[in-house]
Amino acid sequence: MQFVTHSSPHLVGPKNVTQVMGLVLLALVPGTLALVWYFGWGVLINLAIATLTAGAAEAAVLRLRRRPVGTTLIDLSAIVTAWLLALALPPLLPWWQTVTGTVFAIVVAKQLFGGIGFNPFNPAMAGYVLLLVSFPVTMTRWLPPDVISGDAVSLADSLHMIFSGTPPLGQTWDAITSATPLDQMRTELSQNRMISEIRQSPLWGDFGGLGWEWIGNWFLLGGLFLIWRRVISWRIPVSMLGALLLIAGLFWMIDPETHPFPAFHLFSGGAILGAFFIATDPVSASTTPRGQLLYGALIGLFVFIIRTWGGYPDAVAFSVLLLNMAAPTIDYYTQPRVFGQPGDRDA
Amino acid sequence: MAEQHTIWSFHGGLHLDDHKEESNQRPVQDLPLPRRLILPLQQHIGQSAEPVVVVGESVKKGQIVARAPDYVSAPIHAPTSGRVLEIEAMPIAHPSGLSDTCIVIEPDGNDAWDELPEPMTEFTAQSAADLRERIRWAGIVGMGGAAFPTAVKVNTGGQTGIDTLVINAAECEPYITCDDVLMRERADDVIDGAAIFRHLIGARQCLIGIEDNKPEAASALRQAISDKGDRETEVVVVPTRYPSGGEKQLIRLLTGREVPSNGLPAGIGVLCQNVATAVAVADAVLRGRPLIDRIVTLSGQGVRQPGNFRVALGTPVDFLIAQAGGYSDQAQQLLLGGPMMGFGLHTDQVPVTKAANCVLALSAAEAPEPPSERPCIRCGECVQVCPAQLLPQQMFWHARAHDFDRIQEYHLFDCIECGCCAYVCPANIPLVHYYRYAKTEIWTQERDREKSDLARRRHEARQARLERLEQERKSRLRKKKEALDKKSGGGADDAKKAAIQAAMQRVAEKKATQQAESQTSDSD
Repeated sequence: MQFVTHSSPHLVGPKNVTQVMGLVLLALVPGTLALVWYFGWGVLINLAIATLTAGAAEAAVLRLRRRPVGTTLIDLSAIVTAWLLALALPPLLPWWQTVTGTVFAIVVAKQLFGGIGFNPFNPAMAGYVLLLVSFPVTMTRWLPPDVISGDAVSLADSLHMIFSGTPPLGQTWDAITSATPLDQMRTELSQNRMISEIRQSPLWGDFGGLGWEWIGNWFLLGGLFLIWRRVISWRIPVSMLGALLLIAGLFWMIDPETHPFPAFHLFSGGAILGAFFIATDPVSASTTPRGQLLYGALIGLFVFIIRTWGGYPDAVAFSVLLLNMAAPTIDYYTQPRVFGQPGDRDA
Repeated sequence: MAEQHTIWSFHGGLHLDDHKEESNQRPVQDLPLPRRLILPLQQHIGQSAEPVVVVGESVKKGQIVARAPDYVSAPIHAPTSGRVLEIEAMPIAHPSGLSDTCIVIEPDGNDAWDELPEPMTEFTAQSAADLRERIRWAGIVGMGGAAFPTAVKVNTGGQTGIDTLVINAAECEPYITCDDVLMRERADDVIDGAAIFRHLIGARQCLIGIEDNKPEAASALRQAISDKGDRETEVVVVPTRYPSGGEKQLIRLLTGREVPSNGLPAGIGVLCQNVATAVAVADAVLRGRPLIDRIVTLSGQGVRQPGNFRVALGTPVDFLIAQAGGYSDQAQQLLLGGPMMGFGLHTDQVPVTKAANCVLALSAAEAPEPPSERPCIRCGECVQVCPAQLLPQQMFWHARAHDFDRIQEYHLFDCIECGCCAYVCPANIPLVHYYRYAKTEIWTQERDREKSDLARRRHEARQARLERLEQERKSRLRKKKEALDKKSGGGADDAKKAAIQAAMQRVAEKKATQQAESQTSDSD
């Protein structure tokens, strides 16, 4: 009898890329729902716009590159990029800006480098940074959480604002929107106000911004789920948040009136989302065990530096992109000791 | 015996469905002899054996039919009595699917033994050289799959300091249970074989490493040890985790020592032998029996009656499967060895050899068609499971880019090809295949470089020789000329001139006479 032969191993493991990406999307759900809860319909509209755009952009480029469209789209990586970008955007961002950011992320940051697996930079963060430097006004125009404003923006108003780019009749942007807690903190600190004064504002919760801290908690839950399912390793999130806490704690101890307490850094902005979902993007991150610790810690350090002394309120995107550049070098210099090779046994 | 032996750990590895119960629930069955036995001359690492029989010759069971022509080689014995039918190239079980020379024997049904050497029952009284010679005569090779001649492996070359004998009873690959049933049935021989090894190399202790999914075998061994009152041998149960049966991994698990890269276990005071090899050695030394059969596991959903069979070497795989009820309708792939490190057979008309521990006929559910390869997303799963602590994703990158210098910086040659990385890869990249490709390319390049170096050296030597010869010729000519010049001195020129002068004079005289004659005739 004749048989076909294949190369060993002949067993196929249970994991595949679609499953990995699917688990990431699943893990994003609690945090996403929390965002919708506090900031309304805009979050969902952004998600829809980004997802459709990402799918279309990916399909178009794959067709241009004469690559299989269906089997590649099914890996869900474009959808993950779209979600991560959309979750980082202000809820009422004009639709065409969301489209621009998504197209840039998929076409330039991902496909022009060769598609999934070949992008040196995190596509979602590349798209985010493009929008932030191009449209600083709309990109920093966040809503106050429902718990503060008291009444939610209706679906109709959200659609109107996103697709027309103007506030509803008889209202101004200033009346509807507000800065994020991180932005607020930075602005007021630069006006030489003390933290004890700044925190009088109703914007503040126990750790970070009101509402924001709960969103952080729900993303944290998703992140722990990914670690439990072994989709990501604990190294990058722990080292990133650990380094951020450590350095923030150090400065807070030196002067608690000009440096917010460390938990504020953790539960504001994109720190949690970034630590578990963005910095851990395997393609653009470090992959050696020691390298991941270093990579995460340096992202945490840069987040603090940019938040404290930089020109932008949040810093996760910039820090991640900076360390993306360093990842290959970090990997090269942090190779584990190979079995049987001389060197430190425990390395 | 009650005290717990320390168990160390190795990095990575996998928990796989072990699929042992399919084949280990029944005792070993003796397979009848096939119509023809096909004995490949190359069943081991090293030089092929050389036939010492001719076509048509009658042979007895246990008679050497091919001798070992070299130190690293092993002789081959007739598994039964019969007649040599042919000595021809036949398909053999090899990843390449190529054929090799085989001796084909037609059994005569008498199964008549040749005269065997005396048993060495008091082996402790024997010299190491005599014991090695016996093992060598018996044609024993590593039966766990490596097939390295055992007599060579146990020759420490007088080196002392090998304090530990490790008997590899881990059998970590799924499906394979031939060592499991062998230990249950012949635990005494395992311990005797181990004792012979220990005597040979002068080891202080013997550790038998066995995975915790073989409790019956472990207790059989413990029973045999206590029956014999052997205080130096210990059964160490290790967790079931592939590839704990890798030589380096098992040594690490049992002793905490790490075999250095490019080094041998002997370098860290360890010798490792498979259980089946130990039993073969016991047979050779205590009973004077050569290696002519072995236990083969036949398993997978593709066969009707999985189990373990005592098979005469040279038995064709198709015969083995037919005796076990034949294929089920699910047979999709045929493998020799385990599903992680074994290789595919494209035909079942190949013989069972000394290292063939397992034949698997797997269904599509068990061994699916490899899913199409997707780009690496650098998730690092492979790094987590690699027992050699390599960076498989980096090696893959460089193998794809044909960057063979870089891939060696990542220690490609420390890869044991266990397949853990490819198994977990979510992008379904056949990583091991890439590494094998890179290794072969590097070997080819090295061979080519050696060849071209040799060619260059020969060319340079030839150039130098030609130049030397030319110089010698020139200097010889010069010397000759000088010698000539010296001999004739200055007189040579004058003599020549005189001769020319004389000749010219003679010509002139002749002309003058002729002229005078013609004038005379005119005037007539």
